[in-house]
Amino acid sequence: MSTSHRRPGMRARERLFAGLAFLCLDAATAMAGPETARSDLPARVVSINLCTDQLALMIAAPGQIASVSFLARDRSMSVMADAARAYPENHGLAEQVFLMKPELVLAGTYMTASTVDLLRRLGITVEEFAPATSFADIRRDIARMGELLGHPKRAAELIAELDTRLAAASRVGGPRSPLAALYYANSYTSGRSTLPDEIVTLGGLRNLSRELGLAGVEKLPLEILVRHAPRVLVTGESYEGAPALAQEGFRHPALKGLGAEEVPAATADKYWICGGPFTAEAVRLLAEARDRVLPGLVRDRADIEARAPEGNVP
Amino acid sequence: MSDAAESKTVRRLPGGVLATGLAVLVGLLFVGSLLTGPAGIGFRESLAALFTRDRDAVALIMQEIRLPRAILATMIGASLGLSGAVLQGYLRNPLAEPSLMGVSSSASLGAVLAIYTGVSAAFPIALPLMALAGAFAAVLVVRALAGAGGGSIALILAGVAVTSLTGAMTALALSLSPNPFAALEIVTWMLGSLADRSMTHVWLAAPFMVLGWLLLLGLGRALDALTLGEATAATLGISTGRVQNIAILGTALCVGAATAVAGAIGFVGLVVPHLLRPLVGAEPSRLLVASALGGAALLLAADIAVRLIAPEQDLKLGVLTALIGAPFFLWLIVRSREGLP
Repeated sequence: MSTSHRRPGMRARERLFAGLAFLCLDAATAMAGPETARSDLPARVVSINLCTDQLALMIAAPGQIASVSFLARDRSMSVMADAARAYPENHGLAEQVFLMKPELVLAGTYMTASTVDLLRRLGITVEEFAPATSFADIRRDIARMGELLGHPKRAAELIAELDTRLAAASRVGGPRSPLAALYYANSYTSGRSTLPDEIVTLGGLRNLSRELGLAGVEKLPLEILVRHAPRVLVTGESYEGAPALAQEGFRHPALKGLGAEEVPAATADKYWICGGPFTAEAVRLLAEARDRVLPGLVRDRADIEARAPEGNVP
Repeated sequence: MSDAAESKTVRRLPGGVLATGLAVLVGLLFVGSLLTGPAGIGFRESLAALFTRDRDAVALIMQEIRLPRAILATMIGASLGLSGAVLQGYLRNPLAEPSLMGVSSSASLGAVLAIYTGVSAAFPIALPLMALAGAFAAVLVVRALAGAGGGSIALILAGVAVTSLTGAMTALALSLSPNPFAALEIVTWMLGSLADRSMTHVWLAAPFMVLGWLLLLGLGRALDALTLGEATAATLGISTGRVQNIAILGTALCVGAATAVAGAIGFVGLVVPHLLRPLVGAEPSRLLVASALGGAALLLAADIAVRLIAPEQDLKLGVLTALIGAPFFLWLIVRSREGLP
């Protein structure tokens, strides 16, 4: 599922960057005038990372992108699968990318270091995006992509869309909110300082892994998970049709015996893997699961406030 | 069967004492296995949760996670120990053993093909059956290559060949899977693990293992007779062909079902009969029950150890059994070289 990993101590700096990015963005939008008028925009953009693929497809002008990675076409992983089909695909190999004569290459910081080094030595501009570990990261990445592609206005619209959808989806959680467990293949989970943790929290749920003191992506033994009897269970992609022992844990009778509300990421993996406006959809799915495990209960403070006046009317 | 000559040199335990002692050891290790796990549940609470009809968290952990693991360790250990004792007796070869003969590796290939092609998802029973077919094929091939009563060298070479070939095919099958996690599981299939197995695995494997035990335990008298040579055994009414068929089928059932749910676990079938042989004397029939119990004890102990040494890393069982078994194997080779003319 998520490939976000631990980067402790960077969150404060990231927030600062996100704030700065907003300031720069406003200035840039004010000065740039009509976007199409700029002539220094990179024309042949090649993206070799699923997450930069999706942001680029949302922001770039038609014809600005030369190629996106083959993963962008996969409907289970990419929300931009249909749009991606309009462009040639690449497999992120330096030789292949070089032959596309890109003006700008967009890459992730994860697993592609050697490819990126090689491309830079060949004189190609490469911009790297670290995996988003928070919604602040997502806003920063969208703004940065807008700057790089020369469409800051479009980026600002997407950030506004993210915030609107988040405001609609999120629930107010607290120390007594239902417990949710993130349980991926091979018993891995996401704790503090990860995007899935923030998604769970915004869904009005408590993340079991965070409460157990886990940070980043770590092991969560099945026994420990069952011991805490979470009410909501988010499982990873189950690769229907290509089974492996790694996913057998999802069907373990002990897990089924909990009777927890299941949110299979298999149906929603694309909302979890990368950060974007669509990440709000993951929050919405969790908030819905929360509402299902709290039947008949007052759901959050907003509800209490909304109902209070009606109750007082004689 | 007279083994007066043997009795002078080795200290034999009276019948029953050894078996009882081993059974008590298995019982203690079984309880120890139930009490080992990351959830840190107290002694009384965990044992009470085993028998409760509630479905609370602790009961789920004890009944659905730890109980099947302890049962599988016991049954698989017994299967491997028993097969080792029978193979050594029937082939009259001290190096005969499921993993050295390539039987475990071949059963792994069968299990891998069943799981990763999706066949076992549609027909769960295909998993033990295909592993069993793999085990069966390997025993036949090694038997044909090495010959009954053939030299240790021929047996080991045939075993190495079958292990390499089926291991490579297992790795190939897993690498070709579109599931990115499959290739990482090559290690599990080659070294064995009991992490997070469930009662489903117990129900799938247990009937085949029990059937295998019944077949193999029934060979005791015939194996005793075979120690006197095939001609003498024949005069006692023992049909060598029948013994061979039952030994092959029983081994395939035991090792196939065991490997289907836990992967290939090496050296249990080699070490256990050798450790116990001095205690029971040269009667294969007495060695069979003792080896089954000894195998169960060894695997239970190994499975407790993997959880204590590296609680969250899923250390493979084969790592521990090889740490014990490989030096032992070397010692056996040195000794068998000394015995050569």
